[in-house]
Formats: sequence, C-alpha cells, structure tokens
Amino acid sequence: MPEPHIVLENVHKSFGTKHVLKGVNVGVGKGRSLVVIGGSGSGKSVTLKCILGLLHPEKGSIRVGGKEIIGLEGPALDQMMGRFGMVFQGAALFDSLSVWRNVAFGLIQGRKMKPSEARVIAIDKLAEVGLGAELADISPAELSGGMRKRVGLARAIAPEPEIIFFDEPTTGLDPIMGDVINNLIVDSVKRLGATTITITHDMASARKIGDDIAMIYKGKIVWCGPADEIDRSNNPYVDQFIHGREEGPIEIEL
Amino acid sequence: MTFLATIGSFIFSMFAEVGRVSIFARDAVLRGLLPPWYFRQLFEQIIRIGYNSLPVVGLTAFFTGGALALQIYIGGTRYNAENLVSSIVALGITRELGPVMAGLMVTGRVAAAIAAELGTMRVTEQIDALTTLSTNPFKYLVGPRILAAVITMPILVGIADIIGIFGGFVVGTSSLGFNYAAYIKNTTDFVQVADVTSGLIKAAVFGFIIALMGCYHGFNSKGGAQGVGRATTNAVVSGSILILAANYALTSLLFSE
Ligand SMILES: Nc1ncnc2c1ncn2[C@@H]1O[C@H](COP(=O)(O)OP(=O)(O)O)[C@@H](O)[C@H]1O
Ligand SMILES: [Mg+2]
Repeated sequence: MPEPHIVLENVHKSFGTKHVLKGVNVGVGKGRSLVVIGGSGSGKSVTLKCILGLLHPEKGSIRVGGKEIIGLEGPALDQMMGRFGMVFQGAALFDSLSVWRNVAFGLIQGRKMKPSEARVIAIDKLAEVGLGAELADISPAELSGGMRKRVGLARAIAPEPEIIFFDEPTTGLDPIMGDVINNLIVDSVKRLGATTITITHDMASARKIGDDIAMIYKGKIVWCGPADEIDRSNNPYVDQFIHGREEGPIEIEL
Repeated sequence: MTFLATIGSFIFSMFAEVGRVSIFARDAVLRGLLPPWYFRQLFEQIIRIGYNSLPVVGLTAFFTGGALALQIYIGGTRYNAENLVSSIVALGITRELGPVMAGLMVTGRVAAAIAAELGTMRVTEQIDALTTLSTNPFKYLVGPRILAAVITMPILVGIADIIGIFGGFVVGTSSLGFNYAAYIKNTTDFVQVADVTSGLIKAAVFGFIIALMGCYHGFNSKGGAQGVGRATTNAVVSGSILILAANYALTSLLFSE
C-alpha cells in the first residue's frame, strides 16, 4: 500500500516548558479531506503550522508525498510551500492591497505572472467563490466577515495548490453563511482534486467537509476514522465532544 | 539574594535579546538584501521613510542650527571668540547634531510606523500568509524597509546639514549682527569634506538601526492590539538608545586620528 499523501508521525512541539503536541500521528490519502476536531487550545493550529513549516517540531516526522519536510530550509522549503495553500482563521488578507491583488498575490509574487494576466484569473476565482468583479478594486477593510473568508479562499485556490489547509473556516460566521462557505470549500476542493486538512470545532462543518475525521486532545490524536462513523466511534472523548456535554473524560481548562 | 537573582535574570534576558536581534539582523541581511528584489516595495518605502520624513527632519535641523548659533555666541563672547559661531555651527551640525537629531526624529516616526504595521500583520497572520503564498517575508517586508532607510537617511541628513547651517545663518545674521558674506565665507572655508561624509556614514548606520528595530519588534509582537502597542514603544526606545550608542562608537572610530 502506498504511503498517504501527508503523514505525521510522532510529532512533538513545545513552547518553553509547555508541551503542546505530544506525539501526533495522522495521515491523509491523496485527494482526500481530513478534518481535525478538538477544543480550543488543544493544538490544532500548531499542528497545521508545523506542516506549513511556520513552526519547527522538536521530534517526529512530517512527510508530504514521501518527502520529509522537517528541517527543510531555503529554496527547498519555498518549493514545498508552493504546493500548499492555506485559508487563515481571520482570512489574513493584506490590508495594503486591493481585493484582486490579494487573490492574485500567489500568482504575481510566487509564480511571477504578469499582473494583467493574474487579474483575469483573480476575477475568475472571485466569481468561483460568489463575489462579483465590482469588488476587485476595493480594499479588504471594506468587506464583511463572510466576504473576507471568500476572498481568503479565492486567494488560496488561485495558484491551484495540490494541498490546502483550512483553519476554522466557519468560526465567527452565522450558521447559514457557515454552510455557504462549507459548500464553497467542498466544491473548490473537488474541482482542484486537492488533498485537504481542515481544523475546526464546528461539527456541522466537520461532517460536511470531511472524508475522515480525527480528534485531537491534549496534543495527541485520540480517535481517527471515516466521517460517517463518527457517531458510532464508541470513543468517550469523541462522544463528549460531538454532543457538547460538560460531563466526560475531557478536562475543561479555564 | 532575590535582589541579585533579579539582576542576574535581567542580564540573562538582555543577552538573550541581543542574540535574537543579531540572528534577526543576519537573516535580514542574508535573505532580505539578496535578490530577488521587490522594487515596487522598495520604491514605496523610500517614499514613506525618506520623502515623508523631510518636514520633520527639516524643521528639527533648522531650530537646532539656530539654537546652536545662539549658544555658541553667548559662550563665545566670554572669550571674545564670537566669530567662531559659523564654523562651530557647521561642524556641530554636520558631524553630530544633523545625523543624531535626524536619526532620533526618524526613529519616532518610522521605527514606530514599521513596528505597528508589521506587528499588525504578525498578529493577524498576514506574515504567515505571505509564506504560504511562496513569498519570503524577509525579502518582501524587511529587505525593502532596511534598504530604503539606509539609502534615504544619508540624503535626509545631507538636507538636514544644509537646513541646520542655514538656521544658524538666519539667527547669526538677523539677531547676532553677522555679515552675510563673512558668515558664508567662514562656513565654507572651515568645513571639510570629511566632516560631511562622517555624518553621512553615521546616517546610513542609523537608517539600518531604525528599520531593523521597527522590523524586529513588529515581527516578534504577539497578543493582539496591546502587543502591537508594546512593539511600537519598544522599537522607538531601543532604536533611540542604539542610535546614541552607535553615534558614540562611530564618533570615536571616525575621528580617532
Ligand atoms: N507561538 C506560540 N508561543 C507559545 N505558545 C503557543 C504558541 N502558539 C500556540 N501556543 C499555545 O499552544 C496551545 C495550542 O494552541 P493552538 O494550536 O492555537 O490551539 P487551537 O487548537 O485552539 O488551534 C495553546 O495553549 C497556545 O497558547
Ligand atoms: Mg486555532
């Protein structure tokens, strides 16, 4: 059996004396969608940032397409980054650039495309996420939360990455807008055939986006399985989390 | 005992900070200043750092030159040395006050602005976003700012020299009774090229310090709006202190014949 597209093996990450990831093991098959669920502060974002090379784990292995990425530096790391796209929790749009320049950023700066060509693609991608061309020249500061998420999504998919990460794509949106974003994610990922990892604590989103779901608790994966089996996991952590109960094995940190 | 421990931990954390700044400076130079260059960013920063600082630097230089002329005149009359006013104003401005005053004023304006801008980009994950879009933040953000500051500070100080000397000239001729032609002749006869170039070298170093401190504190800010505010303050304070320290080191180095 070939190795999954993305593999994390025994990944450890600490900040000072705070041990955040304590041996994360998880894998995602090519073209599949993994959703990582878990409470706030459980290490979801840290896990993503380790894969993205923004944080450096002390121990373990992270392989993408069979290639170890821990310890990559310089051009090798940049090249690996070129295969990734990321949608940030707060969208992380560049305030100093117009909407279309945000969407075209990876094309112009990363792919060295001519701005006139990149603009055409950017407006295409905006349409894909349901935004009209009239928004192209305004500043991101003038957009609503849902629109910012859409622009962030358009920016991430514009360079057509083979792997996309989503950090809490629906947090802070109303349920209807959350569903709209979920559908956009499913559609655009399908169109690209990309492998994705989404982190969220929104179960509706997890069920909609995920082929597989993994649950992280105290820096370890406590359960992992197909999304449609999550209700039959027989895992006390998963059951407590998906039903949102106060009683159970999960210690609530204040 | 706790007193000693406090001093000890303060000294340790100071050395740790010096180490972090040095690593950041190395990355800024090695990664930020080597190609590919972002000319659009560089041009934008030259306008923001250099051109927009002109009014502040010009006004500061003018009043400093004027005050210097008054002081030297008052001091000079005690030894019948009033005619030294023009030459000492010129020396003081070109060697010391031009670069130092411009450096401090630009620190207040530019280091603060850079730290606030990059700090906001850090806490809103915009710097991480750059990396995921195949753009190295050191090349895209740090390099252009440092280069722009190193290029524009000597130009700003050159202009400050002229305006500062002019400030002395205005005070000297209008309220101290110097003759126009004699004042100008005294200045041009006395000032040497080395006086001016030493000030311009200082200016380039100060430019590096200003942009480095702004970028370093901006990049390392954490914890929302409050963290960005802290970064801004730290950039200005550390930038100013480093400029004064570097000024002393450069003065003793450049004039050590
Ligand atoms: N850069 C950092 N420095 C120190 N601690 C951090 C850093 N990033 C995250 N942490 C800590 O790691 C823990 C997990 O954070 P995170 O992965 O962001 O949680 P979440 O699962 O909500 O995304 C938190 O307790 C957080 O305080
Ligand atoms: Mg998070």
